[in-house]
Amino acid sequence: MNLTELTINQAHEGLKRKDFSALELCREHLDNIKNKNKEVFAFLEIADDSALAAAKKADDLVARGGDLPILAGIPLAVKDNILVEGVKCTAASKILENYVAPYDATVVKRLKKQGAVILGKTNLDEFAMGSSTENSAFGPTRNPHDLTRVPGGSSGGSAAAVAGKMALGALGSDTGGSIRLPASFCGVVGLKPTYGAVSRFGLMAFASSLDQIGPIAKTVEDAKIIYEAISGKDKMDSTSVPLPEIENWKLKIENLRIGVPKEYFIKGIDPEVEKIVKSAIKKYEDAGAKIVEVSLPHTEYALPAYYIINPSEASANLARYDGIKYGFSKQEKSLLDVYLKSRGEGFGTEVRRRIMLGTYALSSGYYEAYYRRAQRVRTKVIEDFNNAFKKVDIILTPTSPVLPFKIGERIDDPLSMYLVDVYTVSINLAGLPALSMPCGKVGKLPLGLQIIGQFFKENQIFEAAAFFEKLS
Amino acid sequence: MISKKEVQHIAKLARLGVTKKEEEKFGNDLSAILDYIEKLKKVDVTETRETSHPTSIKNIMRADEVSKFEKKLIDGHLKVRSILR
Repeated sequence: MNLTELTINQAHEGLKRKDFSALELCREHLDNIKNKNKEVFAFLEIADDSALAAAKKADDLVARGGDLPILAGIPLAVKDNILVEGVKCTAASKILENYVAPYDATVVKRLKKQGAVILGKTNLDEFAMGSSTENSAFGPTRNPHDLTRVPGGSSGGSAAAVAGKMALGALGSDTGGSIRLPASFCGVVGLKPTYGAVSRFGLMAFASSLDQIGPIAKTVEDAKIIYEAISGKDKMDSTSVPLPEIENWKLKIENLRIGVPKEYFIKGIDPEVEKIVKSAIKKYEDAGAKIVEVSLPHTEYALPAYYIINPSEASANLARYDGIKYGFSKQEKSLLDVYLKSRGEGFGTEVRRRIMLGTYALSSGYYEAYYRRAQRVRTKVIEDFNNAFKKVDIILTPTSPVLPFKIGERIDDPLSMYLVDVYTVSINLAGLPALSMPCGKVGKLPLGLQIIGQFFKENQIFEAAAFFEKLS
Repeated sequence: MISKKEVQHIAKLARLGVTKKEEEKFGNDLSAILDYIEKLKKVDVTETRETSHPTSIKNIMRADEVSKFEKKLIDGHLKVRSILR
């Protein structure tokens, strides 16, 4: 049996039955990482020793008998902007090249509490700014389905690790699509939870009103297992909230009302993507679901509003990397020069571009016209979703307007890179949960169906996604 | 259009070093992005309130406790880089 082929649930059952040990499970994944990482470059750091120690502990737990938590002994990967105590955490930036995390992020603490095995830290666009994982200071991750193409971003390393069978599941972070886009490009399942459902403590802050940590996995069930392990109120993150009591909602396909926003199927979408996503929606309809055309009239303004709000928040959050408090530092004569040199050389091009964009939008004379206007448009985007959800339970869209593109194709034109996020950013502006799951392929290139749900109704998304998974 | 001079000004406000060669590239990039963002002017937001945060929570407090600090102290002090000369 090849242990890297398993799902989390299958691995859990295997461990319980003692078909194999957690050490064997861990070693097979570490071996696979060593074989593939050179070409895929999903991992920035491999934590062999601590992973094997955690696996050993899980085996002791199995030997003692009794209840085995579902994630005990399960090898997982963590995006390198989430802290794992004692392991380097670089955000794929030169400015944090040698930064070692002094504590565990709450999500990591929760995984470890169940006995999960953290294999290592995965590559990303520097500080999660990007849609292709090409903005990493340490080199791009490649799509395991086609090594000449990008895995999507910014959680490209996590998605490639799962797609390349180098981990049974992974954590990513999603500010404007950074879990869902790579899940789509790599043919795996990724969830951006409702804002506040998962603690951000120990996640390097990028755009705080948009960031959420979420799971990337092979199946809907696996994504649900990881989501349930990491979600819930955390006193260390004041924006996390206690999850509301979930009504006992069971999917009855004939009662499911699915919204399809007409603004998502317009110029700019790859015809192949449109065809496959529409046939996925048709499958729900044939199974008895009610398909309703809905309108989200401010869709075309969501992306420009996002590219004001996101850089504005980023420019404030990244002020802490000043060459004094953390890592990379250039020693210069004046303090101003320490800042200019450390940040100028420590940050890559995209990070500096966003900091400048945000600084401009927040500067005197432009604040009203850009930042405050964008915040008002954000309200409009939220109202659109509120209106749509009066009529439907979930909304189906493509995750991305395009298929995985070639490495280098968009990197020199930032606007063309930003446009890849056109179907995902509105969800972060609104704070809603959304999942991307595989819905077909063009040649060997996978593509994703995005299921958008209502606040804290991740359970509905999971059930609707699992239904489609069984159909296909 | 963002001029080189404006790039220099923004970069200084943001405490970012930018080389002469980069000034032009950043100027062009920022101009293209801002042109695209101009679209926002088409939305009537006169009656619309601002959203700075997707959930309506406020004033969530916890006790302000000092965490255990593992860094080595020198005579009870923490050593950092000098910022005053």
